[in-house]
Formats: sequence, structure tokens, C-alpha cells
Amino acid sequence: MPQQAAEAAASFPEIDAYIDGLPDINGALIPVLHRAQEEYGYLSREVQLHIARRLQIPASKVFGVATFYSLFTLEKKGKFRINVCLGTACFVRGSEAILRQFETDLGIKARETTEDFLFPLDSIRCVGACGLAPVVMVNDRVYGRVKPEDVKGIVEEHLKRGGE
Amino acid sequence: MTNGNTAENDTAGAVNLITCTINNVEARVPEGSTILEAAKTVGVHIPTLCHLDLHDLKMVNQVGTCRVCMVEAEGRWNLLPSCSTAVTQNMVIHTNTPRAVRSRRIMVELFLSNHPKECLICERNQNCELQSLAAELGVREIRYTGPRFKTHKDSSSYSIVRNAEKCVLCRRCETMCNEVQTVGVYSTVHRGFDTVMGTAFDLPMLDTACTFCGQCVSVCPTAALTETDDSEEVWAAVSNPDIFVIAQTAPAIRVTLGEEFGMPVGTQVTGKMVAALKKMGFDMVLDTDFAADLTVVEEASEFMHRMEHGGRLPILTSCCPAWVKFIEHQFPELLDIPSTCKSPHEMFGAVAKSYLARKLGKDPAKIKVVSVMPCLAKKFEARREELTEEPAGADVDYVLSTRELARMIREAGINFGALRDESFDDVMGESTGAAVIFGTTGGVIEAAVRTAAAWLDPENPSPVIDFKQLRGIDGIREAEVAVAGKTLKIAIAHGLGNARKLLTAIRDGEASYDAIEIMACPMGCVGGGGQPYHGNNMEVLKARMEAIFKEDAEKPLRRSHENGQIKRLYEEFLGEPYGEKAHELLHTHYQKREQI
Repeated sequence: MPQQAAEAAASFPEIDAYIDGLPDINGALIPVLHRAQEEYGYLSREVQLHIARRLQIPASKVFGVATFYSLFTLEKKGKFRINVCLGTACFVRGSEAILRQFETDLGIKARETTEDFLFPLDSIRCVGACGLAPVVMVNDRVYGRVKPEDVKGIVEEHLKRGGE
Repeated sequence: MTNGNTAENDTAGAVNLITCTINNVEARVPEGSTILEAAKTVGVHIPTLCHLDLHDLKMVNQVGTCRVCMVEAEGRWNLLPSCSTAVTQNMVIHTNTPRAVRSRRIMVELFLSNHPKECLICERNQNCELQSLAAELGVREIRYTGPRFKTHKDSSSYSIVRNAEKCVLCRRCETMCNEVQTVGVYSTVHRGFDTVMGTAFDLPMLDTACTFCGQCVSVCPTAALTETDDSEEVWAAVSNPDIFVIAQTAPAIRVTLGEEFGMPVGTQVTGKMVAALKKMGFDMVLDTDFAADLTVVEEASEFMHRMEHGGRLPILTSCCPAWVKFIEHQFPELLDIPSTCKSPHEMFGAVAKSYLARKLGKDPAKIKVVSVMPCLAKKFEARREELTEEPAGADVDYVLSTRELARMIREAGINFGALRDESFDDVMGESTGAAVIFGTTGGVIEAAVRTAAAWLDPENPSPVIDFKQLRGIDGIREAEVAVAGKTLKIAIAHGLGNARKLLTAIRDGEASYDAIEIMACPMGCVGGGGQPYHGNNMEVLKARMEAIFKEDAEKPLRRSHENGQIKRLYEEFLGEPYGEKAHELLHTHYQKREQI
């Protein structure tokens, strides 16, 4: 395979092993993309190209599928994913002000990530914990009945763990 | 995800016929036929937009995305897309019920509501399938309002401009690029309202493996894909008295340009074309066919050199710039087999800015060469650094497509049909029949064989001129030609998917040939990406091909090495064919490119 020389810089042994273990590479794109996202947290251009070559399909097709499903992300996500619920219950109980507080404290806008890649900030719609509204999630952890003045503490708590 | 299917299986032996009724007319069609196909057999027209069946290329775009071809079938509550629904036994279909007609019109209205409505100033005005459809369906208002999809134009590539705002997501380009050409530049990317026919990682076209063959442009129903317009620069050069502007015209455009002026397909308009170019103000009008003869002499010499010195065979023709870019991206390990010959119009440019400049007493830096080509890839080719030599600059300064030339002739107010025939200017205007057939699949190799056959056996030159075993329209053809006690094994491919098959076999040692001709476009340059729109009718390409062979047969000289001006060029300037000077001016090299 002549292409390999050009890709010497990028190597994805985990993906290679996964693809080698597949009974058939036809129709394998979505499972392979899932595996890659699980492994690296996001789908870099390099990994998409690598997958295209290994599955013998155009890179445009891989990119097409990766951009179609919102579950796939093309950007490196930060360590502590902060999601402020803007679902109806949380919204009427003031979650928008909480989101603004995060924006102020972190110095970024929603859908952005802090420069140190620690905090990606985003909003979600209803996590099914309306009784705790307004709700903030950081990775899998749920914070209930959050007030804007709690935001500082949530950020600091994670900052302390940031170096781990 | 597959976009369409190949039309291979319809030649299979016995087929079951099934009966259906379309608009109260009975149709009997092979099992598996679509409603659209069945309707055609009984003369019922169903409007379509995304659907495209280029049977001779084994390409069917059958994605059913546009929902324009909706029809009603009795017993079915929903409307059916006729392009992608198979008829069933005893199906009763109505194509023009008020519900079907209304649904079709709504679909087109929705397309228009998200379309820049600038038809009056659009490149495809009066030649646009969406526009025709709106007229056909009698759309008189667009009731839907809301945000319109906005994005930037991609004009990075020198060859093809993508304007996704005019895209109707029919995916014909994707099917053409992925399945026929196997290049895979396009895919639908992003989702919902932001869906766009895009490239990998939203790269500009220049950074992709696009070969710029332009076949996507040929099948685009709207102006979402068009050629880069170089006419402004050419007008500026032509009207600048300090610049000496030379036009050269490709073999395949003299049998197609007439179509743009309403002439029957296959009309030879060589004399009118020359007259028009002179009226437009070109200082000299010369013939790329001259350079095609030169290419044959160089390529046949290179071929014989490789045979005599144990060089690598097969030799691959290198006239087609889309094919050259394809091999650079896709088969970098085979870069030593294409001929090193520049393509004819580049050879022409190099000779015009040296030999001709000297003859005319002109400063090469003050000469501009404009190629009129059936091709969009030649626009990119002209920008290649290795085809530029200071101080004369690029071998070729501007490339116009057949369509652009036609547009410029109209802009200049020239009544093309009424023009008196004129002849090419002297020095680099003479050509043989061998050069003419460069414009069609099999032609370049036939031209080379004509000369090689004469050279390999100089004592006993072959009386054969027409090597008919090399002609045809099959995507991959093989032939053996006996010359001078040798048998030359020759292969021909047109369409890049076919080229890929051939190259894979060569790379893997499964096939061996002495010489191969490859053209990127279906049927060769007569089907080039810069030609007048063929209206999705492959019979047009066949008629153009016939016209080319007719022009060849009418030529007094039909072997390239017999061209008197070529002989003089070698005597006065170049020296030996494939010699030092020829290498410097007429040969090039290739580079490995990334495969995205």
C-alpha cells in the first residue's frame, strides 16, 4: 500500500486492531467511527482519513457520515463537559442565568471550550431530572437546584481535579 | 451508501415481463423496471429532476431525493417516486392526477424558495433543468418564505466553480465522481438545512484529489457546478495592443462548437470557428492539431526508444490532464509509465513562445497563448509550475472551454452561422487526420500506431491507415496490432473508473500491454467537461465521434510524421525527435499527490 508512507506520522493501532477483527469492512463505517470516538474522544481529520483508507471508501464519505450524526464530534472536547439544562422546567427556574454565569466565569460562550481544554460549555434540553431544576451536568455528574452563585464553586471543584 | 446502480444486469438472459397500466394504457415491461421506465415505453412523460440515466456509461443516478417524479398508484395511499419504485404485476398507475401534479409543483416551489432567483444573470440561464422544470410545471408563484441556505462559492481550483447555493442535492455529481470516475471528491456533508454537496473536511477543490475532468459539471442540472470563467482576461489580452495573442483550437471542439449555435450535432465548423476567432481580435489563429501531430512524433519516438532500450512498458498516453492528475493521486507508484510528453496544447505553447516567437521576431514575454479546449482540466494544467518557464511565462496563458468560446462569440455579436470559412494561419496551422482523431477515445493511440507502423518497417510501410480494431465505445478495449513482424498489445480506457481497473491490473502484474491510451471523459474529448451540454443524451457524443472520423477521412495527410510543418520544425529548430531540445521544450515530469 503506497499511501502508508504519507501517513507514517499518524498511526492508529487501536483502530487497526478493531478493523482487523471485523468479519467484513463493507458497511463498517459507523461502528468504526464509534470506536474511534470512544478511543480518542473525537474524530480528527487524521483518523477520518485513516479510516477512509482502511475501509477503502472516499474520505468525503467518511466526513459526510461524521458530520451527519450529531453524536459524532470533530473537535477535541475538553475534560469536564459542562451542560446547563435549558429544558422547560429548568428554563423557567432561571437556568439561562446560570449559563450566563458560566460564560462570565469561564470567559467563553456556550458551545466553546476554554483554552486549556478543561471546560467545554454547552446547553442541553431536559435530562429527566426536572424535580431538581435547574440542573447542571458536568460529565455524568448531576448538580440540582443550582443558583448562579454556585457556579464558581462548581468550576473550582473541577479546577482542583484538573491536573489529575 | 450507494447512490445508484449499474445498468449491467439488464442484459441478462430471459426476463419475466410484467403488465401494468399507466394512464389507462397497458405496458409490458421486464420485471424490476421502474415506473418511470415503464411510462417511457408507452410514451408517457413524467417530469424528473435528480434522476439521470446515462446508459452507455452504465451510470444511473436513482437516489429519489427530489420527489418531483411522484405518481399515484391505485390501492396505495401515498404518492410514489416513479424513478425508484419498481412496477408490480397489474399495477394501475396515474401520472397526472391533480394530487400528483400539485405535489410536483409544490416540490419545485420548495426548491425555488431556497434557490437564488437570479436566473437572468445566471450561467445556466435558458439551459437549466430546474428553470425548465419550473416552466414545464407552470410554477407562477413561490409561496414559501424563510431563510435561504447561504454559503461561499468555491472558486479555488482554476477549473471548476462550486456554488452550493444553487445546488438541488440531486447527487448526480456524486454518482458521476464516485461511481463512474471513482475519484470520490463529493459527498453530502453536514445535515438538515446545512446539508451541502461538499468535499472531505470542506476542503477547497484545489486541495482535493479532484482531477478537474468536469464530468460533474456536465451532469449538474443547475449552475451549482460551472467552469471557471476566463473570458474577461482573454478579452483584456486581445484588446491590449502590446500583447500578441495566439489562439489554438483543440481537435474536439470543431465538431461541437456548432451545437451552441443551433446547428445539428456533429456539424464540422472548423472554418467558421477560425473566422470567429479572427473577428474576435486574436492576432493569430493556429491549430492544436498541429501540436497533436507533434505529440505523436514525440510519443512514437519515446515508445520506440523504450522498446529498443528495454524501458518500462506499457507506455501510457499523457495527453489528458485529468487522467494525469488521477494517476498522480491514485497510482503514484506507476508514475514512471506515462509518456513524458506534454499534452498537445502545452507543446504548442512551448513551441509558440520559442520557435514561432523567433520566426515572428516577437518577445516571448509579450506573447499570450489562449487554448480553446473541450476540457476543464486543461485550465488547471496550464497553471502547473512545471509547465512554466521564465521569462516567457506559462506555456499556455489562458484556457477557454468550448462553452466559453461560444459565449464570447455571442458577446461579440458575431453571427456564427453566417461566417465565411477561413483557414488557420501559417507555420503551426497544418495538421493531419491523425491529429483530428485525438478528440475521441482510441484516437491518440491510433494516431501513434499509424506513425509507429510506418517507422518500425521503413522499407515496407504499412498501407493500413484505419486501425479499426482500436475504435469503439466500450469502456475498456484491447487490441493487437501486427507491425513489422511484431505484435503490439494495446489497451484503451475512457472514463476514470475504467482507467482504474486497467491500472490496477497493471500494478498487480495481472495484465501486460505495450501501449495504453487513457482519456478521463466518457468517449474521450468529444464528451469533455467543457463541451456544450449534451443534455444527458449519449447519442450526442456518438454523433460527435463520427464527425471526428469523417474529418480524419477527408484529410489529404493522415499520418502525423507526414505533416510538412512538423518536419520543418524539427529541421529548423528542434533537431531530432526525442532529442535534447525536444526534451527541454516538449517533455515534462509528474509528481506524487495526496489522495483525499
